[in-house]
Formats: sequence, C-alpha cells, structure tokens
Amino acid sequence: MAHVKALRCRECSREYPIEPLNVCDFCFGPLEVVYDYETIASVISRERIQAGPLSMWRYHDLLPVDREAAVDINAGFTPLVRAKNLARCLGLEELYIKNDSVNPSFSFKDRVVSVAATKALEFGFDTLSCASTGNLACSVAAHAARAGMKAYVFIPADLEKGKVIGAAIYNPTLVAVQGSYDEVNRLCSELADNYRWAFVNINMRPYYAEGSKSLAFEVAEQLGWRAPAHAVVPGASGSLFTKIWKGLNEFSKLGLIGPVRTSMHITQARGCSPIVEAYDADRMVVRPVRPNTIAKSLAIGNPADGYYALRTIKESRGSACVVEEDEVVEGIKLLAETEGIFTETAGGVVIMGLKRLVEQGRIKPDEPTVAFITGNGLKTQEAVESVVKPLRIQPTISSFEEALGQRARVS
Amino acid sequence: MSRRVKFTFPAQLIKEPIIYQLGRDYDVVTNIRRADVRPEIGWVVLELDGRDEDVERGLEWVTSLGVRVDPVAGDVIEG
Repeated sequence: MAHVKALRCRECSREYPIEPLNVCDFCFGPLEVVYDYETIASVISRERIQAGPLSMWRYHDLLPVDREAAVDINAGFTPLVRAKNLARCLGLEELYIKNDSVNPSFSFKDRVVSVAATKALEFGFDTLSCASTGNLACSVAAHAARAGMKAYVFIPADLEKGKVIGAAIYNPTLVAVQGSYDEVNRLCSELADNYRWAFVNINMRPYYAEGSKSLAFEVAEQLGWRAPAHAVVPGASGSLFTKIWKGLNEFSKLGLIGPVRTSMHITQARGCSPIVEAYDADRMVVRPVRPNTIAKSLAIGNPADGYYALRTIKESRGSACVVEEDEVVEGIKLLAETEGIFTETAGGVVIMGLKRLVEQGRIKPDEPTVAFITGNGLKTQEAVESVVKPLRIQPTISSFEEALGQRARVS
Repeated sequence: MSRRVKFTFPAQLIKEPIIYQLGRDYDVVTNIRRADVRPEIGWVVLELDGRDEDVERGLEWVTSLGVRVDPVAGDVIEG
C-alpha cells in the first residue's frame, strides 16, 4: 500500500497514521485518505485497469487497501445502460443508467463495505458492524459472512421486510431497535465508543467512503474514458455524491480521462431533504431534519457530508433537486416501464429528480447524462404494491378473452 | 466522561449564552473546537467533560431549549 500516505483532516489538514480513526482529535473534523498520486501515476494506465478483474477491484490502485487481501463478493462493474426509451420520454438524446442495483447484495453499498471489511481485517478486527436503514445492513452481513467475521447489525424496528430478510439471511446478530430515529442514532454512536468493533461507517469511515469512487471510475471507463456532462445522484449522507466527484477528478488528474466538466446534481425526497433546503436557501450550513420519507435509504436527517456535498455542487456548477413524496413511486414505475430496471425508492427519487432537472433546463437535451440507480426494487416492494392488478380468469380461453375484453372496455 | 457533540442552534437561540449556562449550572466543562454561527443558523462542535449524570442532564436541558444535539460526525445510521 505504498500508494496511501496518511489520513488528513478535511478541515484543519492535520495528518494521522493509517488507523481506525474517523475524526480529527484537534478540531473534530472528518478524516480522509491521502494518496501518493505520483506513485500511482507511475503505475496506473487504461491497459492496466482493463487487464484487471471485472469488478470494482480493477481500480485497486485508487483504493486504500491491498487487492490481494480484499473481502470480495464481486461488487462492482455493474451495467451502464444506454437508456433510449427513458431518454425519449424525457426529451434527452444521450442518457445512461448506472444500474448499481445488481450488486451482490443489491445495492451500491457493496462497494464501500468491501473496502471497509478489507480494512477491518487488516486492522485485526473480528467484528463488523453498522447502523442502517437497510442496504448497508445487507451488505455488512454479506461481507462479514464472506470474511468469516462476526456481524452486529442495528436496524430501526419499522424497516421494510425485504431489507430485513436481505440482511438476516447472512446470519448476523440482527438488532431491531425500538425507538425514534434520533434514539437509534444515538445508541449506535455510543456503541461505537464502547465496543472494539469495526463500525463500517464510523471508525472505518475514511476507508469505507473511498469505495464509492469506483462508481465514478466505472462510469468513466464504460463511457469510453470520458466523464459525463451531468451526474444525477441520490443524496443521503452526501458521501456517495462527493466521492463520485472525487473519483472523476482523480481519473483526470492521472491522465486517464480529459478535464472533468461534469455538473453534479443531488436529489432528495421532500420528507428528508436537508441538503436541498440548504442549497435552495443559498446556505453552506445544513440544518438537520427529522426524516419522514418513504425513501428510507435516503432518510439521513443530519448528513455527515452535507457541507461537502454543497461544496461539490458549487465546484461542479451543479444543483440540488427535491422530489415530492408522492412522485417517488412514479419514478420507480417510469424507469421500470421504459428500461426494464426495477429500482427501490431512492431510484425513484433519482428518476423524478432527473425529469425535473430536464424540465428546469439545467440538463440540455444533447448533454450526456448519467443517472445513478443505487438500490434494487425487490427491497422496497411495499412502496409499489398497488401495481399488482392481474386479470383474474378461469383456466379457459373464453375466460381469458372475456377478461381482455373487459379490460379494453375499461381503458 | 468525555463526549464529543455538535450543537445546532435555531436563529432564535443564537444570542442565548447556552454553552456558558451548561458549564455553570451542570458542572460540565465545555471545550469548543469548531463553530460556524450565522444570523439564521449556527453550529458548534465541542467536547463535554464531567460526571456521566451531569453531562446527561446538561444535554437534556440543552435539547429541551430547542438546540439539536448530534454526534460530531453526523448521523451514524446509513441507508
């Protein structure tokens, strides 16, 4: 790991050794991994990447762990789909869907957890843990199983069934916490202080977050070594959004793609939109909110990277876009009906955010655009149960034709 | 016990000497590390030192006033 230099505070720039730390001791600012880009530049090339595995680990030179020791359930290298039908529907010419809902545990979280689990083993931890509204829980449990680690996964008691089962199947110690969002948050924060576990998004956070960059790397490679004009990304903690921007810029800095002129757009649902609210008020301070949204995977009231997400919007001349709660399902259905991709509620937020950005003229018809779909619809089936309206028939041709006729008359 | 927390103040509480009162009335040592206070919203990241029950009671009082108290690194729950 000669390519990793240190951890550095994003606020005061103090440096720390590579250890399980996430907060600067001096100013309590967040820590970030610092790379030796000169060393990386001397080895990395398009050819070297293309010769790597068809997974996120083809970009290991830009991840803070050793590839040989990777806890790898084959995350990444997910399809970038040219979405011609949806593009036509929205009035765009060149639209792509980065379909990260087909990762092994069905969300983009496999990328970050793969890095965190690898780093946790490197540090000598035997237990992987997280507090999650769903996708992260599934991924932590799956990676712990793969790595032979113990897993403690904390979830709110009212989580969607698909996500609970999706985590429980890997046999972690699953803890359903009765209590408000704030109470769950507080409990898990205290647990992290009291147990010597690798909490993927707490003491492993600087390493964990880097895994999201692989989404940007893949998109750039899959677009033929170029960055898109627009990226539309769901907003929860803001980490994914900032790391996609970081990833594109790392590729450019290393000469793998040209200058990055991507406008970064973050989308949130009305019931939990603290980053959009700050953007709309032209503030760089995010006012925490109590989440109340059907997009539970975006229900982060006090986003850890909210400020940095706002900075990314400014740097990239992007924007933030809110989607009404009752539009979320419409977005899920629109993507499914036009492109055959079934996404969860967060994806519905992205698709309706994309639609709004086009309507507002922020995305012009001829500008190459990528919408990031980060989670699978099978996990939030409750949100779209109303689509199930089968024709009910007897096992005869006449019954079938009668039902068809009735439907034609109704429609 | 030492706790690292972030206070977020709504506009109407920004002029109140809440951190001073927390130290004086609850016997909690407050140590501010970073802050950004503007007319419409303000936040302060600080360390609190004191007996467990004093820190807990102090935080309950601060919360009851309408100040939001969070872990310094933001929410630890993720999607």
